[in-house]
Amino acid sequence: MAVEINTPVVFERPPHTLWGDAIIRLRRNYFAMGGLAFIILLSLAAICAPLITHYGFADQHLDQILQGPSAQHWMGTDQLGRDTFARLLYGARTSLAVGIFTQFIVIVIGLPIGAIAGYAGGRVDNYIMRFVDVMYAFPDILLIILLRSVLGGSIYMLFLAIGLVAWVNISRLVRGQLMALKSRDFVSAAKAMGGMGPYITWRHLLPNALGPIIISITFNIPRAIFTEAALSYIGIGVKPPTPSWGAMIQDGFNLIFSKPYMLLFPAIALALLMLAFTFLGDGLRDALDPKMRR
Amino acid sequence: MGRFIIRRVLWLILVLFVVLLITFILMHLVPGGPWDREKALAPKVIEALNKRYGLDLPLWRQFVNYAWGVLHGDLGISYSYSDRTVVSILAHGIPKTATLGILAFVVAQAIGIPFGVAAALKQNSAVDYASVLFSTVFASIPGFVLGILLIVLFAVVLHWLPTSGWGSIQQLIMPVFCLAALPAAQSARITRASTLDVMRQDYVRTARSKGIMESTVRVRHIFRNSLIPVVTVAGPELANLITGSFIIENLFAIPGVGRLFVQGIFARDYTLIMGGVLFYAITIALLNLVVDILYAAIDPRIRYE
Repeated sequence: MAVEINTPVVFERPPHTLWGDAIIRLRRNYFAMGGLAFIILLSLAAICAPLITHYGFADQHLDQILQGPSAQHWMGTDQLGRDTFARLLYGARTSLAVGIFTQFIVIVIGLPIGAIAGYAGGRVDNYIMRFVDVMYAFPDILLIILLRSVLGGSIYMLFLAIGLVAWVNISRLVRGQLMALKSRDFVSAAKAMGGMGPYITWRHLLPNALGPIIISITFNIPRAIFTEAALSYIGIGVKPPTPSWGAMIQDGFNLIFSKPYMLLFPAIALALLMLAFTFLGDGLRDALDPKMRR
Repeated sequence: MGRFIIRRVLWLILVLFVVLLITFILMHLVPGGPWDREKALAPKVIEALNKRYGLDLPLWRQFVNYAWGVLHGDLGISYSYSDRTVVSILAHGIPKTATLGILAFVVAQAIGIPFGVAAALKQNSAVDYASVLFSTVFASIPGFVLGILLIVLFAVVLHWLPTSGWGSIQQLIMPVFCLAALPAAQSARITRASTLDVMRQDYVRTARSKGIMESTVRVRHIFRNSLIPVVTVAGPELANLITGSFIIENLFAIPGVGRLFVQGIFARDYTLIMGGVLFYAITIALLNLVVDILYAAIDPRIRYE
């Protein structure tokens, strides 16, 4: 069969953007989507907690203390007669708030510092990185505990304490990304056209470093959530009666032999939330950075 | 190499000094003092105590005195344990924390590395999927949550192991496993990734084409090279095990440094807190130094000027 050579062959391919491709790859990853679904469902449940359960997190039913799971109290009650299911839902608010707000602080501090170090280079970079080295010499969680005792007891100060320690990772990451991107041709082109430092950083460098930043933040969120739970478990996290999974675990731990389920519900919830974020983070890494894929 | 080590050690001393200074400032910003009791002490008593411990001096003098003492191996006297020196308190805690950390490290590598290698050699097999799934799960479940689940299962339900304490081997099993889970998972992940990477290198193909036995290729060419990234993270992992064990120490009532540190914070025992921070900072710094040196020993391509 003769081939028509005078009609040009048109390769039809829908236009794909980097982010569009990443979303397609993420959607194919069932573990990541499962993690995302769990996080979204938990967030909705936490926000709509009053609609799901009619018990408040601090309501004490002293005639119904330490009950096992029943139709009335789905996960039983604690030693003050508070409904465990309600405390678990409201405690999710604490966990998710810690995860999200600490990352705001981390971005506000870590991104500019990393960007300045990475773009300016030279002496500025040297000073900033020496300071980062000192921060790295501190044991993270112990520094958070110290800051926690300095800053005082409110939950906002807890966000601040965790954020003040965790920004170092992001600033190192941003610096490394910027150093690598700085010598690329498109940056030279932008400079040749008269672009100024801050403009180039904002318009060209940061958008290209966005993938690794998003991945890093996704992994930082569960770490912050874990830190809050660990601190509340020791008794220096959020103050009662604010419900926290860590504090619930501590309450349950005292009754581990008689009422083990009191401990199991918050412990399993915490484990599932951490797992969901890890699956999502792994998925995002595979989706945004196909080179890393194994 | 010698110059590299000297430079690193000098830098380390400077960093430790700054760490101490920052800790000192933070500690004195904390409201309240070491003499806060349920029943307030008489002002005269507090005055006498302050004089005895040198707390009446200006802050900078206190810091200079403290730093001078540290250089002589004297970390001061604890405020909360009557008249015991911080050095002797830490000397009781360090062996426990170190035993726990080192055991957990050994267990973690003994589990993680073989699983990682097995998963990579049989990529996309059932072994591989199981290894990836387990390492993801254990990498994300916090140690103390795992500890609680273990306590419920082995101590409460099965009565096989004691819930807490220190001294017998049975008491060590659960805390060591809880600490080891995370680094084991990380090691398995990293070993798998680096083995897969090494397996595709040209020198592996060359070795096979020369007719070297498959087992020799695996051990000499693949395994040895795939360990480089594993060693890189081994230092921070061991440091994390030693510094991060405080929550496991609390959970299992093990009187290690971590537990002492937390008690020190609650009691505002300034000298004990400083001693703890110093111990942790030195541990982290030294382990990182050891890793850098080991790194050059394993990988001849790496040279320090």
